[in-house]
Amino acid sequence: MNTTSEQRKNLLNVRGLTKVFGTLVACDHVDLAIGHGEIHALLGENGAGKSTLVKMLFGSLEPADGTIEWNGDIVSISTPAEARHLGIGMVFQHFSLFEALTAAENIALSLDTQTPITTIAEKAREVSQAYGLPLDPYSLVGDLSVGERQRIEIIRCLLQEPQLIILDEPTSVLTPQEADKLFETLERLRDEGKSILYISHRLEEVKRMCDNATVLRHGKVVGHCDPRRETASSLANMMVGSEVGKVVRPASPMSDAAEPVLEIRALSRPPDGPFSVPLRDIWMTVHGGEVLGIAGVAGNGQGELFEAISGEVTQRAAGEVRIRGTDAGLLGISKRRLLGAAFVPEERLGHGAAPELRLTENLLLARHRTDQASYVAAGGVIRRDALTKATKRIVDIMDVRKSAEDPEASALSGGNLQKFIIGRELDRSPRVMVVNQPTWGVDAGAAARIRQALIDLARSGSAVLVISQDLDELFEVCDAISVMHNGHLSQPMPIAEATFEKIGLLMGGAEGAEVSHAAGAS
Amino acid sequence: MRIELIKRPQHSALFSALSPFIAFALTLAAGGILFAILGKSPLAALYSYFIEPLTEIWSLHELAVKATPLILIAVGLSVCFQSNNWNIGAEGQFIVGAITGSIMPVLLPDFQFWFVLPLILIFGFAGGAAYGSVPAFLKVRFNTNEILSSLMLVYVAQLFLDWLVRGPWRNPEGFNFPETRQFHSFAILPEILPASGRAHWGFVFALLAALVLWFLLSRTMKGFEVKLIGQSPRAGAFAGFSDKRMIYFAFLVSGGLAGLAGISEVSGAIGQLRPVISPGYGFTAIIVAFLGRLNPLGIVAAGLVLALSYLGGEAAQISLGVSDKTARVFQGLLLFFVLACDTLIHYRIRLGTAQKPEGTA
Amino acid sequence: MGILEAVLLTIATAATPLLIAAMGELVTERSGVLNLGVEGMMIMGAVTGFAVASSTGSAWLGMAAAIIAGMAFSLLFGFLTLTLVTNQVATGLALTLLGLGFSGMLGEGFVGRPGVKLGNIDIPVLSDLPVVGKLVFGQDPIFYISILLTAGVAWFLFYSRAGLTLRSVGDSHRSAHALGIKVIRIRYLAVMFGGACSGLAGAHLSLVYVPQWVEGMTAGRGWIALALVVFASWRPWRVLAGAYLFGAVSIGQLHAQALGFGIPSQLLSSLPYLATIVVLVLISRNRRLTVMNTPASLGQPFVPDR
Repeated sequence: MNTTSEQRKNLLNVRGLTKVFGTLVACDHVDLAIGHGEIHALLGENGAGKSTLVKMLFGSLEPADGTIEWNGDIVSISTPAEARHLGIGMVFQHFSLFEALTAAENIALSLDTQTPITTIAEKAREVSQAYGLPLDPYSLVGDLSVGERQRIEIIRCLLQEPQLIILDEPTSVLTPQEADKLFETLERLRDEGKSILYISHRLEEVKRMCDNATVLRHGKVVGHCDPRRETASSLANMMVGSEVGKVVRPASPMSDAAEPVLEIRALSRPPDGPFSVPLRDIWMTVHGGEVLGIAGVAGNGQGELFEAISGEVTQRAAGEVRIRGTDAGLLGISKRRLLGAAFVPEERLGHGAAPELRLTENLLLARHRTDQASYVAAGGVIRRDALTKATKRIVDIMDVRKSAEDPEASALSGGNLQKFIIGRELDRSPRVMVVNQPTWGVDAGAAARIRQALIDLARSGSAVLVISQDLDELFEVCDAISVMHNGHLSQPMPIAEATFEKIGLLMGGAEGAEVSHAAGAS
Repeated sequence: MRIELIKRPQHSALFSALSPFIAFALTLAAGGILFAILGKSPLAALYSYFIEPLTEIWSLHELAVKATPLILIAVGLSVCFQSNNWNIGAEGQFIVGAITGSIMPVLLPDFQFWFVLPLILIFGFAGGAAYGSVPAFLKVRFNTNEILSSLMLVYVAQLFLDWLVRGPWRNPEGFNFPETRQFHSFAILPEILPASGRAHWGFVFALLAALVLWFLLSRTMKGFEVKLIGQSPRAGAFAGFSDKRMIYFAFLVSGGLAGLAGISEVSGAIGQLRPVISPGYGFTAIIVAFLGRLNPLGIVAAGLVLALSYLGGEAAQISLGVSDKTARVFQGLLLFFVLACDTLIHYRIRLGTAQKPEGTA
Repeated sequence: MGILEAVLLTIATAATPLLIAAMGELVTERSGVLNLGVEGMMIMGAVTGFAVASSTGSAWLGMAAAIIAGMAFSLLFGFLTLTLVTNQVATGLALTLLGLGFSGMLGEGFVGRPGVKLGNIDIPVLSDLPVVGKLVFGQDPIFYISILLTAGVAWFLFYSRAGLTLRSVGDSHRSAHALGIKVIRIRYLAVMFGGACSGLAGAHLSLVYVPQWVEGMTAGRGWIALALVVFASWRPWRVLAGAYLFGAVSIGQLHAQALGFGIPSQLLSSLPYLATIVVLVLISRNRRLTVMNTPASLGQPFVPDR
């Protein structure tokens, strides 16, 4: 490879960077070039190797092979401190923040100086004002919203005066309006001559803002392009490598005659921990045949709502949750399942499934009461043969890829485990299905399959409730969308009337009337 | 040099089976070095520790006597530890079981019928379970750390026993010795083969308890519940199981078995209460539980090994003049090696030259 | 010396080993590591300190040896839990069991031997003050160390950058690792500090409190120190308050035994243990407070990815 003069002028040239985990080649001879004052997109599916690549650039992972050239010099970045010293800053997808410490202390921890905290707090305040990112340096991170936490990460990064800022999926936790503000900040940084490596799977925002793009698939670079000249679907094809089956949503057979299958009435719940959100007077009805979506920024009470509906936490009055006409508020999760309800929580390992238990045992986990007759013999003895048969059935229907006959849940990839967990519930043909973040961290093929399965279940007459932070997903599967904000739930908006803008305003805390007004004005 | 752990995709069945043996071999090696430092021949010392006690019938009986409480307690602890309940107060539950079991033979010495024996065993079990339920209650009701509360109750039980045998329960015909009256014959747990040695029926109880709990843990819903709640409490709640009920279950079972072990020891091996009735069985049983990999059948084997170390300590003291306290060093080392070897089940270990000393110090 | 003064003096002597051991464990736990081996490290310190002091005749050498022994013993724990990522609870128990056994063997030749007492240091003039004189300015050297240690740890944790780093590791080892903080190295240091403190606390028992070697002489003090850390919600000055409260309880029951009252001595002796349980119940009843104060990654295994 000969170095052209253009490459020499680049801020960063990465050649042949490789990382291997066990038998998995997470990054396979990746090349990447970033110029000065450029916003460069790094595109790829979940599991394509994007996070691994940037972790190597930031010194938190050690490359097995390849070189990194920074401002024309070959460098070895073996710790994040060295990366910061060179001028590389990073905003993590799963924030690297400390909840028990203040914002200023969090910032201090990544500055390798002995500057006193008070000085750091002052500087942080200055930067936050300069870039329109309001933040109180003395607030405890545990008390802050997701958006505020991201601001800390960004300010922390800016205080290091980096030449290159890496942002890993920054908008996945923001409302569309917050995301717009972030784009303004990033464009301003570019105008100041800084370079930005922007990781995302949201193609619209990449097209809108990025100057160049590198696309990864299965750890390999499959293309470089100018995203402005591509269409969203051409970019998607590059990422996925094949056409992803399109999710089909037939018209809802909704009529006023459809019976309400899941009803929530005046549900309230006090916060049960220092950092948890209370639920405030929630009303909701899901009819048979319908998919209702709940949008919202992470940490606005979605997890608490899920636990309340599932019966992991019971209510104070029986009527607060009704399943198929029965007051279920005082019943536990097993009894609610017996009424025909099925639940899929957000966390796969450690909540929906136990990591060190085998698939057959994880099937038993959710089905031991509803299918007691099939899976449990007299004296509480477990019928392994029946479990093995049922597991095989689910694995076949959902196309779960696994490496062993009956592997432990933790040995499956996120997408395959999620297909199994969803399949475990669908196998019962539940009349009510409540899913929290159905395709979080799942590759496009599996996500499409899961979404289609949820729609099909609804169209067969069941009520489906989907809680998600992914607006694209909700617009794809739902017949109506409600929004959760700070423990409140908005009125459902029929999908025909809903727009990203309207839902985004509700996610930011606007009231229903303001939204229709603002949307009408624009 | 740096040591790097690489997570295995699946836990290794091979090392699950091998790790206790590797640990035992390492303990023998470390013990050999220890004896060499003490100026004894390592081979002779290890012989008198681990072989000599197996060469005579009477000492095999002694082995069973020592293994009985270890197995009974450790089998109960396996339920606790698997369900992530850290009952380390089995020594206290053992003592309380011995005390409650002794109520009848000590206070009603003239009440001599065949059903006294089953009753005192039930009393012993109930006493241990009741004492075990205290840390369980505190954990469920007040969120109190069970490790500390159960351990503190050991000291309380020891002092209480000391007071009983020096005070109200002291044998009136005992020349002021701090001990209760001897149990009458209806309260004595009989020997299995009186002709050849002292092993009593407690050993049979221990084997039965191990079998029952093995079946419970490996084949039934209850065992599934224990494992699930222990590994991921949230997934346990999602499955509809109550972690509070599990706390009570684990402490009642392990406390009860420890209590049964206590009364079996007093009724089968000692014949009366004394200020000290246990050389730390309740703590050694923790080692037994881990060496048996928390599997009741493994625990039977592990209990015999640890019982052997008690006998070996006495044998080595007589034949070589090394302190019998080395036995406890052995036991401690064994637990260390067991825990270290268990790492191999979930990780591969890679040794490399350090570029950065993360992981070593 | 008045009765009150004498009682206060003995309370300080009873509280000092608890305070030192708990202060070491506090630092260890603040880094996210739960070391239940305090009792084992403490008794190793006690036996080593006594053996070295009685062999060399120097109590100071004994004290230094005790610190080294505690630290060496804690390294064993560190290697298992930090490098081999074993279960911290089980490994801590193992450390205690090994310490109790090992100290019994090492100390066998020293049972009944006369001890060497670490002499009191009278600070001139000040120690002649009424009441507080002897109490505050005429104590054994380890007493002074314990007070300095408390102040030092409090300053370190909340006013130094290194202390901030230590707390961050205890709060989230994932985040700390992502920022490039050397999680394992910091935890090793915290564990060794805990070991050194436990060793010193043991030395106080065998060189000041009793000046003798008795097998199992720690008698659960290591466990009480662990409880003190919880009681103090991981704050240094509250540990000091807790240690003196427990010192008062144990001295109180000793005086009650001496005076008789007709209460059996064994029941009085069990008071410190029962008090520990009561205090734990009182403090842990408030779940919210416990969650707020407990280092979030306490006891969690951590394997850095490279």
